[in-house]
Amino acid sequence: MAGLSFDLIALQLFAGLALGAIYVLFAIGLSLIFGMLTVVNFAHGAFYMVGAYVGLYLISIGGNFWICLVAVPIVIGLSGLAVERVVIRPLYGRGIDYPLLLTFGLSYVMVECVRIAFGKTGYPFDTPEVLQGAVDIGVGYFPLYRLFVIGATAVVLLALWLFLEKTSYGLIIRAGARDPQIVRVLGVDVSRVWLIVFGIGTAIAGFAGLLAAPLQGVIPEMGGTILAEAFVVTVVGGMGSIGGAVLAGLLVGVVVSMTSLFAPEMAKVSIFALMAIVLIVRPHGFFGRAGLMS
Amino acid sequence: MTKAAQSIKPHRATTGSWYEFATRHRASIVAVVILIFPLVMPFTALAVNILIYGLYALGFNLVFGYLGLLSFGHAALFGTGAYLCGIAIVHFGWPWYAAIAAGVAGGLLMALLIGVLAIRTRGIYFAMVTMALSQCVYYLFYQAVDLTGGENGLRGINVRTIDLFGLRIDFINPMIRYYVIAAFVIAAFFVMSRILASPFGAVIEAVRENEMRARASGYDVTLTRLLTFVLSGGFCGLAGALQALHLSIVPIEILHYETSGLVVMIALLGGMGTFFGPMIGAAVFLVLENIVSVWTVHWQLIVGAIFIACVLFFPAGIWGTLIARGRR
Repeated sequence: MAGLSFDLIALQLFAGLALGAIYVLFAIGLSLIFGMLTVVNFAHGAFYMVGAYVGLYLISIGGNFWICLVAVPIVIGLSGLAVERVVIRPLYGRGIDYPLLLTFGLSYVMVECVRIAFGKTGYPFDTPEVLQGAVDIGVGYFPLYRLFVIGATAVVLLALWLFLEKTSYGLIIRAGARDPQIVRVLGVDVSRVWLIVFGIGTAIAGFAGLLAAPLQGVIPEMGGTILAEAFVVTVVGGMGSIGGAVLAGLLVGVVVSMTSLFAPEMAKVSIFALMAIVLIVRPHGFFGRAGLMS
Repeated sequence: MTKAAQSIKPHRATTGSWYEFATRHRASIVAVVILIFPLVMPFTALAVNILIYGLYALGFNLVFGYLGLLSFGHAALFGTGAYLCGIAIVHFGWPWYAAIAAGVAGGLLMALLIGVLAIRTRGIYFAMVTMALSQCVYYLFYQAVDLTGGENGLRGINVRTIDLFGLRIDFINPMIRYYVIAAFVIAAFFVMSRILASPFGAVIEAVRENEMRARASGYDVTLTRLLTFVLSGGFCGLAGALQALHLSIVPIEILHYETSGLVVMIALLGGMGTFFGPMIGAAVFLVLENIVSVWTVHWQLIVGAIFIACVLFFPAGIWGTLIARGRR
């Protein structure tokens, strides 16, 4: 314990926030889709993984990281739209388990398609040159790329907040989440709103996959692990709550990075312990509405 | 409540249709099929796999089909059964029957631990919480290298002969191995049939059909859910223990969430909430996997596509669809 200074802990805290930022992006997409469509998207991890692979492909054909930042969410968002329209829409009104099962099957198909296209082994993903190196953040040197991840997440969150709160379309989405029947009566095509929400959610997942790629490389199975961890985030934060997803995502990131400092062997297990505590103390999560549970 | 009422009185006067006959003698029919099954299969190893995954799906189906809760964490129950059976043999030198008992106990205990936490949530949360908790179990077993062998899996579960009342049975012979495992599976099917026909079985289905009404009738819904989940853990633990004996190794992948997903696919394919569904699902799924993997390594693509088609067009599964036809 002697080597643990305040600076080291502060640095680790920042590393946790960068990790948490990825969780936040992943979980808000999941939460957004659940809040509006009551669909638990088990293929969310697969969209995340495909996002990283699309970035890998774009760079291999001569693109750069900045092009990817724009192109990947568009490509993944469009494929999300197609998935909702073709296979998920027929399942509305048929019980909450069916979309979950369907997206689970879909994740198998997506992972296997990526294995066919790119092979079973993983690839490293280079950090863009401008973002290499470290900067002094007052308590010590911190990798620039991780700082960028935190910043990019903040930008996405701000844009999403502005879209949901300040545009008329956002108003319809929020109303559709609260009471789709009334919105339909008022003459709004709710199924189109759901389509767009699914597209936005998957686009953010693809973006998160791209951001995570330089941190951990890309392999076809990368989506499965984060999916389980994102479930922890949504349970802790409260399902369907975007604010909850942000807070819980950051918390989970910090918990992982702090336990890997103090007790590395417990790092993977710690977040599940966190979930267990939340389940016992507050089963519907920080910001979850109790009604959503039943 | 109609379904619950049926299972209270499985011996009612029948109309003589094949469906009524099948319902009345359901466990015996499974026993007969299992006994003649290896004679029609091309190789016994596949038949043993079908038995074990059929049992695993039977346990899962109790929660998914009869109780109406979708669990994505059953790999933890199956895997704990396998690991505890293996650890009992490798590290403690227990005889085979004690090791199987350890596996069942492991499944029950793990189900109790996961159940106590997961039952607090309902609906769609249950799938997420069970999946997250089983992932936690995966990491725990992964890191307990001294006991579990970690990434390499638990090796050296060598059971060559089985001593039974002075008889020494050769467990290496695939056909004998099949019938030894079949004995346990058949016994499990009889127990399951008994549970479902009991008043408790009716309560399980009552909770699925209408939770409010079950509660108003004075049943403790939470306790029923927990007990059913724990019972399911016992069946899955037994399946895991048999798997450990059969493979002589417990790979760490047994706890992976794909093992949880596999049983969901098997149960849905066969027909959730039906007695024969899990066995039929396991047989169709594994035979299919075997055939497809002969001409492509990417069998998961085909399996995933078939599963999607199943969810979209045949949500009742193979046996469920047949029942619907038979009742018409």
